[in-house]
Amino acid sequence: MRFKVFGAALFAAGILAAPAAQAQTEIQWWHSMGGTLGEKLNALATKFNASQKDYKVVPVFKGSYPESMTAAMAAFRAGNAPHLLQVFEVGTATMMAAKGAIVPVSKVMADAKEPFNPKAYLPAVAGYYTDSKGNMLSFPFNSSTVVLYINRDAFKKAGLNPDQVPRTWKEMNAAALQLKVRGQECVYTSGWPSWMHIENFSAWHNVPIGTKENGMAGMDTVFSINSPLHVRHLTMLGDMSKKGLFTYAGRTNQAEAKFASGECAMLTSSTGAQGNFRANAKFDWSVNFIPYHDDVQGAPQNSIIGGASVWVMSGKKADDYKGVAKFFAFLSTPEIQMEWHTGTGYVPITMAAYEMTRKSGFYDKNPGADIAVKQLTNKPPTANSKGLRFGNFVQGREVIEEEMEGVFAGKKDAKTALDDAVNRGNVILRKFEAANK
Amino acid sequence: MEKRVVFRSAWLPYALLAPQIAITIVFFFLPAAQAIWFSFLVQDPFGLKTEFVWLQNFKELFGDSHYLDSFKVTAVFSVLVAGFGIAISLMLATMADRVIRGALAYKTLLIWPYAVAPAVAGVLWAFLFAPSIGILTFVLKRMGIDWNWIIQGDQAMLLVVIASVWKQISYNFLFFLAGLQSIPKSLIEAAAIDGAGPTRRFWTIVFPLLSPTTFFLLVVNIVYAFFDTFGVIDATTQGGPAGATQILVYKVYHDGVKAGDLGGSSAQSVVLMAIVIALTVVQFRFVEKKVQY
Repeated sequence: MRFKVFGAALFAAGILAAPAAQAQTEIQWWHSMGGTLGEKLNALATKFNASQKDYKVVPVFKGSYPESMTAAMAAFRAGNAPHLLQVFEVGTATMMAAKGAIVPVSKVMADAKEPFNPKAYLPAVAGYYTDSKGNMLSFPFNSSTVVLYINRDAFKKAGLNPDQVPRTWKEMNAAALQLKVRGQECVYTSGWPSWMHIENFSAWHNVPIGTKENGMAGMDTVFSINSPLHVRHLTMLGDMSKKGLFTYAGRTNQAEAKFASGECAMLTSSTGAQGNFRANAKFDWSVNFIPYHDDVQGAPQNSIIGGASVWVMSGKKADDYKGVAKFFAFLSTPEIQMEWHTGTGYVPITMAAYEMTRKSGFYDKNPGADIAVKQLTNKPPTANSKGLRFGNFVQGREVIEEEMEGVFAGKKDAKTALDDAVNRGNVILRKFEAANK
Repeated sequence: MEKRVVFRSAWLPYALLAPQIAITIVFFFLPAAQAIWFSFLVQDPFGLKTEFVWLQNFKELFGDSHYLDSFKVTAVFSVLVAGFGIAISLMLATMADRVIRGALAYKTLLIWPYAVAPAVAGVLWAFLFAPSIGILTFVLKRMGIDWNWIIQGDQAMLLVVIASVWKQISYNFLFFLAGLQSIPKSLIEAAAIDGAGPTRRFWTIVFPLLSPTTFFLLVVNIVYAFFDTFGVIDATTQGGPAGATQILVYKVYHDGVKAGDLGGSSAQSVVLMAIVIALTVVQFRFVEKKVQY
């Protein structure tokens, strides 16, 4: 240790002797944006670095979301965590509970006296990352939601009007049946089964996913996804699966490939898939609101987000946090938000950025690109629809998906599957609660 | 009379062993000790709060029906992988041993898959069997078989078994071939002169004489099925659907790395450690006695 200090002193002396331009503070940012998204992210960092001289943001790609999160945990234990860490939405509760490991974004901004107004962000986005006292804990970065895509050509071929997109599950079933009868092999498929058919389904119908405001008001939450409405919906999906009207494709975005290739005519999946379809789909398609059950009062409510936010890790120098605050202020500007939104398909996270994009005419040229924002802001979020916060939800979501798979395979009925999901999920929640007392 | 090399120096043997022992300690004993220690703790993923809970983790583990299911899955999986892996490669080796023309080409081709990493082998087979684009899926659909391992657990199991066996055949093949070639030809020729047919010669002479090799491969294959198949599973089914291919080692990784449950995951690896130690002891103490050397 002593050598380290000595070395650092020597190094500092060397730096002091060098021209002042070298005295830049580096800010490490670990993220999980590969491919094109990674390039866009690097472009943001480069732009920020060019905009001022004091700080340098260094983005480091650390693999998939769970991988970079695990890497950061190990790094934190070893005492060399990055300044910034991009964490997917299901990791939110885990990060939040790690009070000693993170610094709330609202505190970072206040300490650095950077202008920061949480009200400027879309409520459905900000709410997800805000604690029950109204402090924003992490910086919303890439947010998406789930939408309904339809293959307009397939609709026409089946004698359906492609402008009359199914709005309810009843209409969805009718359209699916017609498509099937007219020879469409795969009618409807869905990515992210739990995110779409449990989490967003609940928010969209204004029913709770768990007690305590979906876990946002306390860690002593229990799942409530075995309500009659949930059972009814999963039973319907199981029936559709049996009749060949619904094709299960896997737990992540495998279904998107089935839609892009034209194999399946309808798809519910992330808004983030639009870029892929624009580039690869050789047919006419449209983006729409996800269906709802029309006999449920208050439906449709609003959908909830997915994607990731940026967390600030603790234990860095005060000056570093000033740089972090500056970077967040930079990321919040409408120009930068618009660039990110239009370039990636993620949702613009501030109302100002949405307005700016609308005025630029982007939505006229790319119909459907604004569906996500419209759906997220369909109604002011309620306790059931502002998001969710369940401990170890990476595990929890897999339990739910395992049980759903049992129904799709025809091995379990929906009631038993959801009861089992609740029981198994609650065990995970209790374990998390015990570890984070 | 046994041959023995005797070191006269007091320190030389230790010095020669030291690097290996150092590696074993750093990469095996220390992590194993840490796993045992962690298995008694409940802690959050960042290591901010740690609580000593005695055997709580183990109690929860054995109360979890899905963990017990994982045992069954592992048993089925390793029996299938070791069984098919050994049987198929023994057949191939026996055949290759009799080939005279172009033997080298056959042998090389058979050894090839060994150079493929488990994850790559997994991806390869996953592509061939992919539910919507796989070539083999297409053929199966033509035959009227609804092939979709994304949702059918049995098919997912079949897929990972095929990929794992395919990858391991080369290794087994090499050992069997070497074993076959060390069997004195005179024995087989004598049996042939006495009127024993090829099948009879195989079962009464070749197979017993191969038993040391078979035994060795049994140990290696079971260990392979338990641990090295991780890459195959991670690259294809990731333990799904509904846990149908979640073997013990994958669950350890999943719960510890993906789910951040270090205590539970450590408890699982301690159980796994105990199983492997027990298996090895059983194999060497009881099975080995029946093996003819």
